[in-house]
Amino acid sequence: MNLPQSLSKAEIRKSAPYYVLLAPFLLFFIVFMLIPVLSAIALSFTDFNMVQVPHIVGLKNYVQIFLNDEVFMKAFRNTLVFAAVTGPVGYILSFVVAWLINEMGRKTRTVITFLVYAPSLTANVYFIWTYLFSSDTSGFLNNLLIKMGIISDPIYWLTDVKYNFSVVMVVIIWLSFGTGFLAFVSGLQALDKTYYEAAALDGLKNRWQELYYVTFPQMGPQLLFGAVMSISGAFAVGYHNKALTGFPSTDYSTHTILLHALDYADNRYELGYASAVSVILFALMILSWILVNKVLKKFNDE
Amino acid sequence: MIFMFLAVVSLFMALPLVYAIVQSLKPINEIFAYPPRFFVQRPTISNFRQVFILSDSLWVPFTRYLFNSVFVSVIGTVIYVLISTAAAYPLAKGKFAGKALVFNMVVWTLLFTTEVTAVPKYLVVAKLGLVDTYWALIFPYFANTLGVFLVRQFIVSSIPDSTLEAARIDGASEYRIFRSIVIPSVKPAWLTLTILAFKDLWNGGSSGDYIYSESLKGLNAAMSSIAAGGLGRTGAACAVAVLMMIPPIIIFLYSQSSVMETMTHSGLK
Repeated sequence: MNLPQSLSKAEIRKSAPYYVLLAPFLLFFIVFMLIPVLSAIALSFTDFNMVQVPHIVGLKNYVQIFLNDEVFMKAFRNTLVFAAVTGPVGYILSFVVAWLINEMGRKTRTVITFLVYAPSLTANVYFIWTYLFSSDTSGFLNNLLIKMGIISDPIYWLTDVKYNFSVVMVVIIWLSFGTGFLAFVSGLQALDKTYYEAAALDGLKNRWQELYYVTFPQMGPQLLFGAVMSISGAFAVGYHNKALTGFPSTDYSTHTILLHALDYADNRYELGYASAVSVILFALMILSWILVNKVLKKFNDE
Repeated sequence: MIFMFLAVVSLFMALPLVYAIVQSLKPINEIFAYPPRFFVQRPTISNFRQVFILSDSLWVPFTRYLFNSVFVSVIGTVIYVLISTAAAYPLAKGKFAGKALVFNMVVWTLLFTTEVTAVPKYLVVAKLGLVDTYWALIFPYFANTLGVFLVRQFIVSSIPDSTLEAARIDGASEYRIFRSIVIPSVKPAWLTLTILAFKDLWNGGSSGDYIYSESLKGLNAAMSSIAAGGLGRTGAACAVAVLMMIPPIIIFLYSQSSVMETMTHSGLK
């Protein structure tokens, strides 16, 4: 009768080392990831402001955000456009570059991989772009365009609402050859060459067919990993906008959900409201991951 | 065609970095020269010298920012690599209750960068009394699950179960196996984590929100305050930018082949 119990005790003793090894990571993960995310969800239903005792207010924050907060709606639209453009463009460009350098010599591939990854490596050097897009005539781009006779007056790249959104987008795409890109380069290198020979015998006509029928299916796992990295980067947009176009940007032209949450938390201490804004961002990220995951998996199964 | 495309992409990627290097070497009259020239005519290291003696636009000596950045990135990277590797082994090869749950959480939270959880994380950092300490820059980074994920994938596909079984039959404990088998065979993976963590901690990211004291801030803070000094400080700001580029680039070049090997196993199934 005691057998199952003693067995489970033995099981526990056997798995104890695993828990010990896992413990330090799990501690930090719980404290700095799980608790923040869960408390954001809980606080989003309160009027917490760091001073008074919080009251539960139900869905009030969410109603307020979607019905009465015009700045949020702007941030929401901007975030969706940023994510919908920079995410896929960065993702596809990463894959295309990785694919093009795949059959080059080892030296060329190493050099180009390094060059393309360098911006992610030196991430906060992006402020150099503010010099390139500087609004006076000695700004690099303005000077170039004036010299070429394309424009006669300098353009206010970072403050004019006609341009600053696109400028930020360029910088974010510049930064988007990250971990996903490295995964594509090495994933392509590790592909089984015999598949290509077999496919050639089966009568594949060109490189596009080869890419579609042979490369994509084998690259499935890397493509999924790259997608997670792209989504996580594409929705975290905000800090670069702030550094490039100032805060708040002209007419909130480059405002994002993340900046909106930070604004309510850091400047107005309305933590309940800021939490609700954060939760909306989490929800958007999770939704788009589910969607992309479905699409890529379906694509792979075909 | 392909070469043209790759040349354009490489040029676009390298342009700001080259521009920073060029500007950092320009004497003041070339920075203000009109019309501006892209390349430097008479290179000088005066901007770099200026950074180290510049006191009017910085609150504390430049070497203090340098020390803070080195301290935070080195200590943070070492601990991050250790705890991520330790956690990766059970998630790859262990049998214990809750394994699937933990691994699923690791994968799902790959989505959440340090930036998007900044608001609720601030409350935790404040509650723990970490605001305005080095630990506020270091501890939250350990919740970044990319490290655990990459090492776990590496172990799964590079260490056969039979090797571990053989060691167990010989009487090796799990700790012993971790130390003498796992750690040596995942060297490419922990080299990869070293560069990934180092570059994140070194570049600072969003963690600046938790630090108020100037004497605890890193090079990225020094760089922004110098850059905020206006056009006359362009040379000095670019000099700091160049100094900041060097360590991550050196570590990456040193570990590039290990990084590529690790990334081969990064796929999500």
